[in-house]
Amino acid sequence: MDLDINGVRRSVQSDPERPLLYVLRDELDLTGTKYGCGEGQCGACTVLLDGTPARSCRTPLRSAQGKKITTIEGLEQNGRLHPVQEAFIEVDVMQCGYCNSGMIMSAAALLKRKPDPNESDIQSALQGNICRCGTYPRIVEAVRMAARMAKGAQHG
Amino acid sequence: MVENFEPERYELHAAPVYSFVPDRRDFLKLLGGGLVVLVALPGASAQESGGGRGRGAAGAPQDIGAWLHIAESGAVTVYTGKVEMGQNIRTSLTQAVAEELDVSLDRIALVMGDTMLTPYDIGTVGSMTTPQMAPQLHRAAAAAREMLLDLAAEKWNEAKPTLSVADGVVHNASGAKLSFGELTKGQKLTRTISADARVTPASEWKIAGHDLKKINARAIVTGQEKFVSDIRVPGMMYGRVVRPAAFQSALVSADMQPAREIPGVIAVRDGDFVGVACDDSSKLDRAAAAVQAEWKTIPQTNSRELFDYLESHATRAVQWQPVESGKSIEASYNIPYIAHTPLEPRAAVAQWEDGHLTVWTGTQRPFGVRTELAQAFGIAEDHVRVIASATGSGYGGKHTGECAVEAARLAKAAGKPVKLTWTREEEFTWAYFRPAGVIDVRSAAHDDGTITSWQFHNYNSGNAAIRSPYNIPNQIAEFHATDSPLRQGSYRSLAACANHFARESHMDELAHAIGMEPAAFRMKNANDPRLRAVIEASTERFRWGAAKTRPHQGFGMMAGFDKGGYISCCAEVTVADNKITVDRVVQSFECGAIVNPEQLRNLLTGSIIQGLGGALTEAIEFENGRILNPHLAQYRVPRFSDVPQIEVVMLDRRDLPSAGAGETPIVGVAPAIANAVFDATGKRIRSMPLKLS
Repeated sequence: MDLDINGVRRSVQSDPERPLLYVLRDELDLTGTKYGCGEGQCGACTVLLDGTPARSCRTPLRSAQGKKITTIEGLEQNGRLHPVQEAFIEVDVMQCGYCNSGMIMSAAALLKRKPDPNESDIQSALQGNICRCGTYPRIVEAVRMAARMAKGAQHG
Repeated sequence: MVENFEPERYELHAAPVYSFVPDRRDFLKLLGGGLVVLVALPGASAQESGGGRGRGAAGAPQDIGAWLHIAESGAVTVYTGKVEMGQNIRTSLTQAVAEELDVSLDRIALVMGDTMLTPYDIGTVGSMTTPQMAPQLHRAAAAAREMLLDLAAEKWNEAKPTLSVADGVVHNASGAKLSFGELTKGQKLTRTISADARVTPASEWKIAGHDLKKINARAIVTGQEKFVSDIRVPGMMYGRVVRPAAFQSALVSADMQPAREIPGVIAVRDGDFVGVACDDSSKLDRAAAAVQAEWKTIPQTNSRELFDYLESHATRAVQWQPVESGKSIEASYNIPYIAHTPLEPRAAVAQWEDGHLTVWTGTQRPFGVRTELAQAFGIAEDHVRVIASATGSGYGGKHTGECAVEAARLAKAAGKPVKLTWTREEEFTWAYFRPAGVIDVRSAAHDDGTITSWQFHNYNSGNAAIRSPYNIPNQIAEFHATDSPLRQGSYRSLAACANHFARESHMDELAHAIGMEPAAFRMKNANDPRLRAVIEASTERFRWGAAKTRPHQGFGMMAGFDKGGYISCCAEVTVADNKITVDRVVQSFECGAIVNPEQLRNLLTGSIIQGLGGALTEAIEFENGRILNPHLAQYRVPRFSDVPQIEVVMLDRRDLPSAGAGETPIVGVAPAIANAVFDATGKRIRSMPLKLS
């Protein structure tokens, strides 16, 4: 089965019903996408399918086929971090950092859909992502900063 | 009161009695040339035998807390047995070294929690890294700086006081320079320093005490950071343990053959352990399901009867003392079992080579896990290497090594390395829980607020922060061991959460009983100026005492002390249709000299949010040896929408030693909210999680 992952075509031999997460992590060594629950409840495994956030632990391979799959490893473009990644560093969001990949993917999708989100937009876009260290306020702050950075880059 | 941490039955584990090291190697040889500073532990001398401490890196002296190496390249490497769990000590400890050595942060590397490379450490527990390990590293770096100055003084034949260090270079008065690398080249210097060597006082800190962003942030946001469950070694297989449906089950029979018939699968039965390992993770479900195992279990109690169970299974009866004077009240408070729910479940990668075992795992006690492994396999501890890898945190839940042992058992059978990642359901079921508890309190106070009697009896949850920090001369505070229906262990702040919930709820009840304003009642009984200072700071920022602005609104507060940290928390709630909404939390905290203000702010905010889960939603339900809610859809941990407006007030006491801050900030929200709910409704909730019905 051929998959388009971070702009690269990858061939995998696997059951089409197998969740994408385990193929990414165990077959392709793309371990930035995390296992948190396997039940679609924590958001740690979030990837983008054609730009839309998806829980890769609940996404069978067959429904990822033919779509552009973006993982955290593919967010950086030409050595430049995505504004959300940059803002996470700048705001100094993380404690353990394990939720960050999924948070960043969900936030990147939000900004694409809604470049100037308010607090409630951010909250509802990220409600399915859990941070057990409780860095939520900083994540909101980082997403807002990323929105400003993206805007600045466009106008500058 | 500050110096002695209450020993905690669920946290401190005795070091191994024996520590055989048959093939002593000179660990210093591993480090190569340059200079090495070893820091003796407080109270240790070179002659002491070690008093039961475990051994760290092969051949390393015992009673050494840490060492620091400056290589001939000028690179600075610090070796400590402490572990990074998200509390950002990799960053704060780097600051300690940079402060004394005056070298740029990117030249400093920390090797942490690797039993082959680092000194023995009891564990990253009890908020002890900052008060104990950070001063050791300050001393090591200060001593290294003196050694470098000595080398430069000798080389230039100049007096040492005329020389200075700046940014990794020694300068003399005439402007000549020698880098650390130039000075250490060709050297082989070792110095052991005492635990009381002089360091820069906090009032003069330039790097420590200031903000510094998390050091490995870029690796984390790009997905490059390798957490335990991300580790891959060549030829690795994937493991899964086959579990019984209930606790206290014994294996009756197991037919391993159907699993073994699947190509690329090995299946192990050893005593009551049953598990499989597969060359491809896609086979795990099928292989585990193919094992035909039959278990026998026994009837067990349930969460509805838990609190009666705890009181009726106490090892001895409570002796209540008569209350002599004042208005007397009594009440009982309940705390359920809760799960740590680290976002990364337990995981381990185990590899055997020639009878030597290496295990990468997320643990707060790598040396403790090494002992568990050595005992499980009957091998010497120096044949076991445990590497505490980056992990999706622990909150006290990753002290033990069962996942490491299971991975190692599978790897031994497979003859190949095995990675075992627990499922979320396993993490909710087969780890251990924060102890449940019942706390009975009887107290009395005069109308002027003087507390005349305080009797506090804690069943099972533990004795951390069990004693009241208020001025109560004859207080009684006792812990009562009971049989615990579920496996239990340490949890962030240990029993300080339960004890503060009961104590500060009860203080509120007593204040209302004598008709005294709750904050004034606490100030009346708080003699410790640091306790008074946090109460003043939180109430002032909260605007405590202001009139209510809307119906169903309530205000509550608390204060407390544990593990060197002083805390006071105020909460504002709205209660409508029996639903509690937390609108605002203001929390003050004082832990001596602040090491990194931004990281502390992050920890304080995160602790408040994590504490909201235990306060409002988290409780493990169980029946007959089964966990009834082992999924995140059934066990709600705080999410974005649960976060109230949060303000933290940090009191920086540069004149006092730094205490840890990873735990105590979690104890505030539950009692503050319970008291606010009472203020809003007149209803007193004495059980966590707080619910109205």
